[in-house]
Amino acid sequence: MRYIEPHAHMVSRTTDDYQAIAQAGCQALCEPAFWAGFDRGSVEGFRDYFRQLTQYEPARAAKFGIPHYTWLCINPKEADDVVFGREVLSVIPEFLDQPTVLGIGEIGLNKNTRNEHTILEEHIALAQERDLPILVHTPHLEDKLKGTRLIVDAMKNAGVNPDRVIIDHVEEHTAAIALDAGFWAGMTLYPESKCTPARAIDILETFGTERIWMNSACDWGISDPLAVVKCALEMKKRQHSGDLIEKVIYENPRTFLSQSPNFKI
Amino acid sequence: MPNKTDILDLYFMDARYKLIDIAAFLDRLDRHEGKSDFRHAGFLKAMEAMLNPGDQPRARAVLESLSDHSTEPVDAAEIQFAYGAPQE
Repeated sequence: MRYIEPHAHMVSRTTDDYQAIAQAGCQALCEPAFWAGFDRGSVEGFRDYFRQLTQYEPARAAKFGIPHYTWLCINPKEADDVVFGREVLSVIPEFLDQPTVLGIGEIGLNKNTRNEHTILEEHIALAQERDLPILVHTPHLEDKLKGTRLIVDAMKNAGVNPDRVIIDHVEEHTAAIALDAGFWAGMTLYPESKCTPARAIDILETFGTERIWMNSACDWGISDPLAVVKCALEMKKRQHSGDLIEKVIYENPRTFLSQSPNFKI
Repeated sequence: MPNKTDILDLYFMDARYKLIDIAAFLDRLDRHEGKSDFRHAGFLKAMEAMLNPGDQPRARAVLESLSDHSTEPVDAAEIQFAYGAPQE
């Protein structure tokens, strides 16, 4: 089975995970910048993190034949301090011309604060200025519905082309908000929150298989780097065709990601 | 596409054990001392939404029941994480 892992935080994973992902058929892997489990204490911490994403992880993935791509930003959880957020934003352009950078992400909201919203708008402006696609993180649990609506409004207010934006971590109550507005949607397969494989397939059966992908978003928390493959097997159990499975786990992410000229597969 | 029997064959036992787990969780809360909080009330409200979802699918009704329905950004957040139920 060939697939693309469009959202994984490999800085938090072991090399064994790269091996397992490669053996499972992963053709490419994308790593958005995120919150690493702690708040970084300085802009230099982020500069090192961006070096890790653009230099070290591609080399680590290459040892297993996996092309590694990345998205850059200051994640919303660390963006509630506007001054600090802007300092990190000022560093990002240093890395945007690196050959494995796809765009700006994962930006969005965490607790739906005004400061997070300000930094979200400034990320959107940077993406527009550089003509880059955007990968959006939507908030967790009780904050997701409100945050998804605020993010979609911010994108519309900025005049962003929705073809170039994927709104990630959608669930049953937010999938339509993203898809009906013309955006792409991502489903994250987590053991304890977001979507189980069974629910992700329910969402596909309800909303269709256009403009949608699934990812493991594996990170330092309880998560499964093989979640996409396991969901594909679940789709087989649900009697979905091989062509449809390939569309969701390979063709759809390839179509969206290919909007970045750096993405080659 | 699978029929209802196929879906029951695939998921009934999984859903059954999760249902019993929920019942045991509620019994556990009842049995232990102390004061419960908004999460308990939110959970019971979400169960009500699941049983009486109106014209929307049950999973969506539960998720919406467990969501913050305010519309404006907040001035500041006291926490970085989420509880799983809105504080009303």
